[in-house]
Amino acid sequence: MDVRSQIATVFHLDKCIGCHTCSIACKNIWTDRKGTEYMWWNNVETKPGTGFPTQWENQDKYKGGWEIKGGKLGLKSTSKSQFLPNIFHNPSMPTMDDYYEPWTYRYSDLFNAPEGEDQPTARPISMVTGRPIEIKSGPNWDDDLSGSSLYAKNDPNLEALSPVQREQLLAVEKLVLFYLPRICNHCTNPACVASCPSGALYKRGEDGIVLVDQKTCRGWRYCVSACPYKKVYYNWQTGKSEKCLLCFTRLETGQAPACFHSCVGRIRYLGVLLYDAELIEKVARLPKEKLIEAQRAMILNPHDPKIIEGARRSGIHDSVIESAQKSPVYKFVKEWKMALPPHIEYRTLPMLFYVPPMSPVMANKNKETLCGNSEDLFHDIKESRIPLAYLANLFGAGDEGVVLQALKKQKAVRWYRRHLTVGDVPENIADRMLKESGLDRHEAEAIYQLTSLCTFEDRFVIPPAHREEAIEMLKDPLEHKQEVGFGFLERPKRGL
Amino acid sequence: MDKFLFGILPYLSVSILIIVSILRYRLHRFSFSSLSSQFLENRVHFWAMVPFHYGLIVVLLGHVMAFLIPRQILMWNAHPLRLFILETTALAFGLLTLVGIVGVMIRRGVHSKVRITTNVTDWILYVLLFLQIVSGIGVSIFMNWGASWFASSMSPYLWSLVKLEPEINFVSPMPFLVKFHIVTAYLTLLIFPLTRLVHILVVPLHYFVRQFQVVRWNYRKYPLEGEKHG
Repeated sequence: MDVRSQIATVFHLDKCIGCHTCSIACKNIWTDRKGTEYMWWNNVETKPGTGFPTQWENQDKYKGGWEIKGGKLGLKSTSKSQFLPNIFHNPSMPTMDDYYEPWTYRYSDLFNAPEGEDQPTARPISMVTGRPIEIKSGPNWDDDLSGSSLYAKNDPNLEALSPVQREQLLAVEKLVLFYLPRICNHCTNPACVASCPSGALYKRGEDGIVLVDQKTCRGWRYCVSACPYKKVYYNWQTGKSEKCLLCFTRLETGQAPACFHSCVGRIRYLGVLLYDAELIEKVARLPKEKLIEAQRAMILNPHDPKIIEGARRSGIHDSVIESAQKSPVYKFVKEWKMALPPHIEYRTLPMLFYVPPMSPVMANKNKETLCGNSEDLFHDIKESRIPLAYLANLFGAGDEGVVLQALKKQKAVRWYRRHLTVGDVPENIADRMLKESGLDRHEAEAIYQLTSLCTFEDRFVIPPAHREEAIEMLKDPLEHKQEVGFGFLERPKRGL
Repeated sequence: MDKFLFGILPYLSVSILIIVSILRYRLHRFSFSSLSSQFLENRVHFWAMVPFHYGLIVVLLGHVMAFLIPRQILMWNAHPLRLFILETTALAFGLLTLVGIVGVMIRRGVHSKVRITTNVTDWILYVLLFLQIVSGIGVSIFMNWGASWFASSMSPYLWSLVKLEPEINFVSPMPFLVKFHIVTAYLTLLIFPLTRLVHILVVPLHYFVRQFQVVRWNYRKYPLEGEKHG
């Protein structure tokens, strides 16, 4: 057993209101530089929809992630024999057209326009060429299902649906949407890292954050095509790849990442997961339907004395183990099994998990659907407007069972709380729902607390980074005593 | 003049190539790559990059072989048909390179987004490469059987350079086009370390032997005993 610690995250989609505050927080801190204007390390997509970049989930086009080649795990986009012949022209590289050409407006037009009949307008200007452009589309062009005949209709996840279901999904009176905020998943089997010929991408040992070493990156662009979530972006100005850092600079000082901190709906949770690194390859090679269960099994129980012993042996600090024990992510993912990985069939074993969203039941059902008198208390989940098959394609590797389980728990907790606060749900029904969804009252209360009444401290259990000790392990601190704080950027010594 | 161009310039170029490349790698490693523009334009990129690189690699390899094993090349060429095959192949790949460099220049000049990322150094390099490729093709068309005379007179010249006893007499009687081709080669080497060509020096061959996953530790200096995963 090789115990490692990972800063993992949960996004509770049932709480997301699609306000894009996370995206703006991130943009303002990290990607308002030249060459990065088009990047959205954090973006919020409307689902069903084609997302950003357009149709990123279509791996026939983008060739992201891993596949099993003759029993072995290999990258879909490249391999050790293909990378050199393809180095001059990456055949599965997305271009700016798949994202959008960033623009601003020439505001001076508003002041300099000559007097006339019409209101002056500010012309849109490309942030790449500086020339006027005709805006045809941009990020979130399909926000809230706008242009759904173009966008939502071409969502790759709709594949599993029957033509009738597809039709229903987009019929006006049955329209449904939910939001999918996305950042880098900081995967345990990252395809971007594996594809980088320069070895510039790496996973940090202590917290599992995946980063690009800008000085080692030579811009061969393989990471861009290898990441199935399209969360590594190419900076066309510097010729380097850039990606979400999980705001490690903030994490190391005990603050939540900017997108987490600013989240209005409080949908984001962050905490440590301990996992067994020895299992990574074995798990990633399993058949699709076994992946979710196997990834859960790879995540270790931080209360188990044997695991604690193993973690200590791996050099994981006691304070990090303590953090793992309090981790909200561990509860959602492993204890309650309510949070699911996105598209685990890409086999990168993502460390960001989603609590699937509830949705209204089909409008063409009668009242009885809602009153809970039916024998099957959860039948309305199967009849909700977002087809289970759709959610299963996104979060269950096609398995409706795991998604149903997660939704059942959410519903059971709601009805249990309704029984307590409103009182119109009989106790026996509430208890039966808890039982059928695999919860007890204690757990239901905990889920309710962490979902609805969570404070900053509940949502973000940030382990100390112990960078001061990290330095001590590598260097003698006394030797470097004068290196911090004010000092000389260049040595003042002159001559020979 | 010939003495400078063929006796001094090669040494100057190679010294600058080595010294400046090392300096640039040490002082400004961030810029040590060929700033790819595939992200901005993908279609012409294919038709320019693939012929250019494959053409150039084969042509360069031909030069290097004639330099390293001139006798074997001459033996191969003893049979006229084999000489003809070699010449035609070389010319074909030369033309491929020409298609590539013309594609590169058109793409850089015409496509507005790509033009933004192109600087003066790039243009100097492209013009130099273009001249060199055109003159090389000219030599192979107008001065036939270069595969043989390169081996018999250019190879000794190049070897004389290696031995630090430059024999200019091998080059002096050559026609202008050949001389031009040689001088542009030296000039390319001269500006090599200041241009995007430095990407040749960092071709990531270590990827062949590397494990897929890379893990960097701040805390743990050495991997644990028996550790296998990165």
